[in-house]
Amino acid sequence: MSSAPADVAVNEQMPVHRSMWRDVWLQFRTHKGALVGTGVFLSIVLLVLVGPYFHTIDPQYLNILDKNQGPSWKHPMGTDNLGRDTFAQVLAGGRVSLAVGVTAMLLSLVVGTLVGVLAGFFKRLDGPLMRLTDLFLALPLLPLLLVIIMLFRDTLRTMFGPETGIFLLIVFVIGITSWMQTARIVRGDVLALKEREFVIAAQSIGTPARRIITRHIFPNVLSPIMVSATLGIANAIITESALSFLGLGFPSDFPTWGRLLYDGANFMTLTPARVIWPGLAISLTVLSVNYMGDGLRDALDPRIRGR
Amino acid sequence: MLHYTLRRLLFAIPTLLVISFLIFAILDLAPNDPTGNLPMTITPEVREKIRISLGLGEPFPIRYMKWLQQFFVNEPLNIIEQTFGVTIGDSENRLRVTSWATRSPVVDLIVERTPQTLWVVGMSTLLGILIAVPIGVISAYRQYSIFDQIGTFISMIGFSVPTFFTGLVLIVIFSVTLGWLPSIYDTTHRVTDLPSFWFQVKQMLMPVMVLALFNAAQLSRFMRAAMLDNLSQDYVRTARAKGMKESRVLLHVLRNSLIPVVTVIALGIPQIFGGAIITEQIFRVNGLGQLLIVGIQGADIPLVQTLTFIFAVLIVLFNLIADIIYGMLDPRIRYE
Repeated sequence: MSSAPADVAVNEQMPVHRSMWRDVWLQFRTHKGALVGTGVFLSIVLLVLVGPYFHTIDPQYLNILDKNQGPSWKHPMGTDNLGRDTFAQVLAGGRVSLAVGVTAMLLSLVVGTLVGVLAGFFKRLDGPLMRLTDLFLALPLLPLLLVIIMLFRDTLRTMFGPETGIFLLIVFVIGITSWMQTARIVRGDVLALKEREFVIAAQSIGTPARRIITRHIFPNVLSPIMVSATLGIANAIITESALSFLGLGFPSDFPTWGRLLYDGANFMTLTPARVIWPGLAISLTVLSVNYMGDGLRDALDPRIRGR
Repeated sequence: MLHYTLRRLLFAIPTLLVISFLIFAILDLAPNDPTGNLPMTITPEVREKIRISLGLGEPFPIRYMKWLQQFFVNEPLNIIEQTFGVTIGDSENRLRVTSWATRSPVVDLIVERTPQTLWVVGMSTLLGILIAVPIGVISAYRQYSIFDQIGTFISMIGFSVPTFFTGLVLIVIFSVTLGWLPSIYDTTHRVTDLPSFWFQVKQMLMPVMVLALFNAAQLSRFMRAAMLDNLSQDYVRTARAKGMKESRVLLHVLRNSLIPVVTVIALGIPQIFGGAIITEQIFRVNGLGQLLIVGIQGADIPLVQTLTFIFAVLIVLFNLIADIIYGMLDPRIRYE
């Protein structure tokens, strides 16, 4: 008790170090939706990763005697028309869906950041790269994705095996068609940063362009990239489910949430649970990721932070 | 304004050409053989003849130029002939883009399917706007009120829940459980009197609502943001200070806030066409989206090529419209 005044004195002399990320976290914490969203998203990830170790039924195990069952202790979400356990399938599907979401997001971020930084930093590349971005924005994405998957599916399957082949194809096509927004935002930020004193100073002492980008530009465009990352996951999960839902995504024996929904749609009247659970999983994941992105955007915006 | 419009129009042409080339190249360079599904007993010579009859005998650039000619010259000429009843040149032997599956001209198939898609897309755009604008206005006017909070939450749900899930849930509720609405769209239905009109409304309700709600969720956010931007401007304070009625003030703010929103609506229309692919699949509406899916499943390359390109045309067209509208509504944009 007697040491309390001394502590205060110490604090007054040496203020607690405030880093940018601490400020961001403090602001993020005030956004209730973002906190709940992060919690929900992390629990979905955890459930999908750890769940199969507790709910040990093989998602592909057929048990015709137990077909089309309602929820029970043995099958919490019931079974499908072949007697496969829906809960185990949702867990297994979630692994694939989330893996597709995260990988496709990473690919689109890498491409988007690369294009954005190059276009913003090198004046000569700006015109061509931005025309390319405009061109990609004018492509009819969903029809094109469907067409590409139809055409290349069989070839990739024979090259990499049925599961890896389709995974690589879908991640690649989603990643390669969703980088444009990131590129535009990053380019805008880089253009503004390039005129700032610290970059000009670095240039005037002869720092090579590569090092200016990695040391000075890149850390400063990290925040819009992070916001794009959250939106990218949501977008990739929705796109993958849409493709699977149209029957041109993952096969039935390697299902994602979208594929489960597609397969369940035909048995909607008999076992609505087969539609509800995967759909709910997609919606909840996307909703929580969107809320996370919302909070992150607010927290990373210095004009709002500390208000 | 004319100069601005022309510049935008001129920029759209190379974009479309490049896109058409890309689509053609992707479909053409793909490692699959259109005769691959035919029986193994067919001899290589016959197989080669089939390939030539499908128009695959010539090298890639020539086929591309032929397709361009068929799509941009021959088909418009046919449309002119049909609408005005005149004959231009040798219309009997004019080459048309033909579907591999049905052997009929692709454009005829597309013309057959377009009305259904346009109805669904048009109605859902309209409904989406009608839902979104009032919600956006009230949310902004009463910022941080209960209405605003609930509105934000619902719109967040609205664009997080994918349309194929909302569609299925609506079918489970309204068709399976309650039995109020048909789950399958009957395209042969003709509107002749009041009961048949009522049936048409009932069968269109679900496909339209699914797209409209998704659309409204995004639009109401934009509307709210635009209203908030304008409500804090000086002219609003001036208007209030000189004693203008609050409803008049709101009218001014609304008009100015609609400028960005109109652009967003125009830019969003191609997205609704994309969404229509999924909705048409759920509700079995035989529109353009379903034609595309059928074409893809049957590996009907000319059909898929043309349809994908038409979707690209729609995107470029509506981007152009958005640009022009923006230029018209906001004079500052024109003189960039």
